[in-house]
Amino acid sequence: MSAVVTEHDDHHDHGPEKGILRWLFTTNHKDIGTLYLVFALAMFFVGGTMAMIIRAELFQPGMQLVEPQFFNSMTTMHALVMVFGAVMPAFVGFANWMIPMMIGAPDMALPRMNNMSFWLLVAGVLILASTLFMEGGAPASGWTLYPPLVLQTGNALPFAVFSVHLLGISSIMGAINIIATIFNMRAPGMTLMKMPLFVWTWLITAFLLIAVMPVFAGAVTMLLTDGFFDTSFFDAAGGGDPVLYQHIFWFFGHPEVYIMILPTFGVASTIIPVFARKPLFGYSAMVVATVAIAFLSFIVWSHHMFTVGMPKAGELYFMYATMLIAIPTGVKIFNWTATMWKGAMTFETPMLFSIAFVVLFTLGGFTGLMMALSPLDYQYHDTYFIVAHFHYTLVPASIFMIQAGAYYWLPKWTGHMYDERLGRLHFWLSAISVNILFFPQHFLGLAGMPRRIPDYAVQFADWNMISSIGAFIYGGSQLLFLYIVIKTIKQGTGEKVSDEVWEDAKKHGLEWTLPSPVPYHTFTTPPKIIPTEHI
Amino acid sequence: MSAKDAYYIPQKATWPILATVGLAVTLIGFANYLNGSSIGPILMVLGLLIFIGMLAGWFTLQATESESGTYNTQVGISYRMGMMWFIFSEIMFFAVFFGSLWYTRNLSVPWLGGEGAGPGRETQEFLWSSFQATWPSNGPGEVGGDFEPMGTWGLPFLNTLILLSSGVTCTWAHHGLLSKNRDQLIKGLMVTVGLGFLFVSLQALEYYEAYHELGLTLGSGIYGSTFFMLTGFHGAHVCVGAIMLSTVLFRSWKGHFTPENHFVFEAAAWYWHFVDVVWLGLFVFVYML
Repeated sequence: MSAVVTEHDDHHDHGPEKGILRWLFTTNHKDIGTLYLVFALAMFFVGGTMAMIIRAELFQPGMQLVEPQFFNSMTTMHALVMVFGAVMPAFVGFANWMIPMMIGAPDMALPRMNNMSFWLLVAGVLILASTLFMEGGAPASGWTLYPPLVLQTGNALPFAVFSVHLLGISSIMGAINIIATIFNMRAPGMTLMKMPLFVWTWLITAFLLIAVMPVFAGAVTMLLTDGFFDTSFFDAAGGGDPVLYQHIFWFFGHPEVYIMILPTFGVASTIIPVFARKPLFGYSAMVVATVAIAFLSFIVWSHHMFTVGMPKAGELYFMYATMLIAIPTGVKIFNWTATMWKGAMTFETPMLFSIAFVVLFTLGGFTGLMMALSPLDYQYHDTYFIVAHFHYTLVPASIFMIQAGAYYWLPKWTGHMYDERLGRLHFWLSAISVNILFFPQHFLGLAGMPRRIPDYAVQFADWNMISSIGAFIYGGSQLLFLYIVIKTIKQGTGEKVSDEVWEDAKKHGLEWTLPSPVPYHTFTTPPKIIPTEHI
Repeated sequence: MSAKDAYYIPQKATWPILATVGLAVTLIGFANYLNGSSIGPILMVLGLLIFIGMLAGWFTLQATESESGTYNTQVGISYRMGMMWFIFSEIMFFAVFFGSLWYTRNLSVPWLGGEGAGPGRETQEFLWSSFQATWPSNGPGEVGGDFEPMGTWGLPFLNTLILLSSGVTCTWAHHGLLSKNRDQLIKGLMVTVGLGFLFVSLQALEYYEAYHELGLTLGSGIYGSTFFMLTGFHGAHVCVGAIMLSTVLFRSWKGHFTPENHFVFEAAAWYWHFVDVVWLGLFVFVYML
C-alpha cells in the first residue's frame, strides 16, 4: 500500500519517461493531446491522399486512373478517415491539451481511461484502413454504409463494423472524460459561466458524442446481423425496411456533423477576441446558441432523406425544424463579427484563418439553408451541390480552425514561434485554393452532376478540371503546413516566446499565465486568480 | 501535500493498452471467423483471454489503490460521473433497438400491408398484394417460415419477478453496507447474484423453447430479429451486471468497502437497476403489447 502513496507523493517532480514507453503508457493530458494531434495530422494526409486520387480521376471525363469499385472505396474511406481519423481526433487533442489548462485542473479527470481512448482510436482506424487490402476491397457504399448496398461488401464488412464499434467506445470514453473533467475539476471560482467558450463547446460536444455514438454502434450491429445472422432489420421481405437504417444513421449522423463543428466554433471564439483585442461579444448568447444548436441537431435528421419517400407531414416538419438552426448559427456569426467590430485588429495567421472561417462557413451555412427546403432539395439531393456544401462546412471551417488552433497554441506548447511569413503563405494558398476546389462544385451540382461517381458527362468537364486544379494546390499547400509544424516543434524562428505569446492574451485565458513551453504538470495546486475578461 | 488532498493522477498506466490489444484481437478474430477463416476462433479466444486478464489486473490495481486511501472525494465524484454517463450511453444503445421495434410495428409492417397513401400502397399493390399487416410478423416473404410468438405470462413473467426481487435484495445489501451490517451486505449480494444468474438461466431455457418448440429463431423475420436482439443484448447486460456484483461480493467478503467509500458497490448497483428498468421496457413492449 505504501508504495502507491509514495509514488503519488513525488510524482509531480517527475518529468516524462524516456523513449517509446512514455507514449504507450502515458496518462498525462498533454502527452495524450500530442498523440491525438499527431495521429490526426497523419490521418489528414492519408485521407487527403484519397481525396487527391478522387480529384485526379475526375480531372477529365472518362475512366483514366482507377477502377470504379476502387473509386467508390476511395470516396467512402476518404470520408470515414477524415471524420473519425482526422477532424474528431484533432479536436480531442485540443480538448486534452487545453481544457485542463483553461479551467485550472491538474489533468483530465480519468487519466487511465484517457490513454485507452487514444489507443482504441488507433486500433479502430488501423482496422478500418486494413480493409483496403482485403478481398472485395474496402467498403464502397459511401460513409453512410446504407443497406442493402453495404451488405454486398466483401470480407471488409465485419471489419468495418467492428472498427466503428472501437471508434465508438473510444469517443464515448473520451467524452465521458471531458464531461467529468469540466464538471469536477474546475479551479475554485471557475464557475460554468466563466469558462472559456472552447470549454463550453466541448462540454456540449461531449454530450452529443455520448448520446449518438451508441446509436451508430447499434445501427452497424444490425448491419452485421443482417449480413451474417439472418435477421431482417433492413429487409422488406422479412418485414424490415432499409429506410429504418437511414433514420437510425442520420439520428447519429446529424449530431455527428455538429460534433465536428461545435469545437470549431469554440476555437474561433477563443482566437477572434485575442486578435481583435476585445472581449468576446455576447458570451452568454454564445453559450445558449451552442446549447440550442445541439438540441436542434437531434430533431432534424430526416432532412438528409427528403427524397426517400416520407409522408408529407414529415417533409414539412423536418424542413421547418432544420431552418430553425439558422437562428442560433446566425447569432454566432453575428457575435464573431461584433467582436471584431471597432477592435484593434492584427492579422496573424490564426486570425487570418478565423476570419476566413467566419466568411466561408457562412457560405456553407447558406447552402445548407437552401437544401433545408424540401422541394428544392429534390434538385440538389445526391449531387455535387451537397458535396460543395458540406466541404465548405468542413474544410474552410473545421480544418481551417484546427490549423488556426495549431498556429495559435503551438508557441505555448513548444515554446517556439512558428514562421509567421510561411504561416501567412500557407493561409493564402489554402484560402484561395479551397475556393477554386469547392466553389465550382456548386455549379456542377446545380447542373445535375451526381456525387460518388468516377465518370461524368462531358458538359461537366470544365468545372471539374478547375475543381481538381484547386484540389492539387490545396493538397500541396498542406505539405507546407506540415513543414511549418515540424519546424516549429524543432526550433521555430529561434526567438524566445513570452508566457502570454500574444499581446494581452493573459486577459483571455488561464493557459497564458503558464510558462512557455508549458511544464509537464500544471496547476497541481488550483490557481487563485480567474480572468474575467471574456464576460 | 498529503495524498488525501491531492487529486490522484497515476504516473503511467499499463493496463489500458492491454485492454485495447485484447479488444482489437477479439474483434479481428470475430471478423475473421465471420469471413470463414480458420484463424478467427483462435484469435477470439486469445483476445478474450488477454481482455479477461486485463480486467482482473486493472480492477485489482484499482481495488488496492482504493483500499489504501489513494482516492479522495473528488476522485470518487469523477468515477461516479463516469459510471453515470456510461449508463446513459447504454440507454442510447438500447434506444436504437426499442426504436427499431417501434418503427417496424408502427410504420414499416403497416406500410408493407398497404396502409397510408404514400409509397407503401404501391409497394403493396405490385409486390406483396396478399400480405396482411399483423403483429407478430415475419414479413411478406414469410422469412424463416412458420413460428409462434413468445408468450407473456410464463417464463417472462417469472423472470420479471426474479429481476425485480433482485433489485430489492441489492438495495437491502446496500442498506447493510451503510449500517455496517456485514452479514446483511454479504447475504443480500449473494441472493442478488443468485437471482441474476437464475434469470440468465431461465432466459436460456426460453431461447431453447423458442428454437425447438415455437420455431422462433433470429431468422424469423422482423419479429425474430427484434425479439432476439432486444432480449439477447439485455441478457448479455444482465451477465455483465451479475459479474460486476460477484466481484463486489468477493470484495465485501474480503472486508473492503466502508459506508463512506464504496464506489464500486454503487456503480454495480446502478448498473443492476439499469438492466432492471430495461427489462421492464422489454416486458411491456416485447412480451405484453
